[in-house]
Amino acid sequence: MTHRLRPSQYAILIAIMLTASVGDSCLSRGMAQIGHVDLHHLGLLWRALFNPFVDIGIVLLIGFFACYTTALSWADLTFVMPATAFGYVVLALLARFWMHETLSPARLTGIALIVCAVGFVAGGPSRTETGDPAHPMLDQMDSGAAR
Amino acid sequence: MTPMLRIWSVIAFVAALAIAGEVLIASAMRGLGDLDRLRTGPGLRGFLGPIRAVLASPKFVIGALCMALNFFAMLFALSIADLSLAGPAIASLTYIGNAIAAKFVLGERVDKRRWLAATFVAIGVILLSH
Repeated sequence: MTHRLRPSQYAILIAIMLTASVGDSCLSRGMAQIGHVDLHHLGLLWRALFNPFVDIGIVLLIGFFACYTTALSWADLTFVMPATAFGYVVLALLARFWMHETLSPARLTGIALIVCAVGFVAGGPSRTETGDPAHPMLDQMDSGAAR
Repeated sequence: MTPMLRIWSVIAFVAALAIAGEVLIASAMRGLGDLDRLRTGPGLRGFLGPIRAVLASPKFVIGALCMALNFFAMLFALSIADLSLAGPAIASLTYIGNAIAAKFVLGERVDKRRWLAATFVAIGVILLSH
């Protein structure tokens, strides 16, 4: 028996990638507007809570954590981590097109490596552990992405 | 202790906290199974069942505490080391450490493809920080 990931499960993986990268970008943009925070100016952290970019970033990162834990309920850690590392690629593209940063050859190589890593795990099963009597069919679970 | 050894000790500690947190949370979520089956009904109220089950798991709570500690340890690491060193070093160590912990603690079958994926992501993260 094989088990394809359901469309909702693919949606959760995509949500992990997008919420983490867009959330980090929003926090970065918001904190850039707030300014440098050090031990003598901790009050700035309170002000940061009223910055809309920081607020959106916090909400997105809470969403990321919820989606990430949900994905771990039906997939291996070694499947979820590389699959969601594609968020780093989204983050680099956001930095290029939203923040107008430069993408160096090293960064482009990094993006290529992460895309390859995602390809490696996408073609394999989402869950592999053995000896779980509660879920006897999980060994055969297959993402179906290779077909 | 030399400054460099101190920096790398802190980096290893931050990565170890992240690995412990991720593995505990993964173990807790695996024990619960597919959260869709725990939904108590349609709509937003249906999510109360999964949320209650997740928050009642001691492994999840300890894992989340490790992740919170990891956040503050990361802030400390950034106060003694450059972001360009600490950021990618912690992320890469966490990816590789998670693959090792997934094999020996969680009992996942980490085949060549997954080892390659973890290694590629670790190197990719380092390159992205340049």
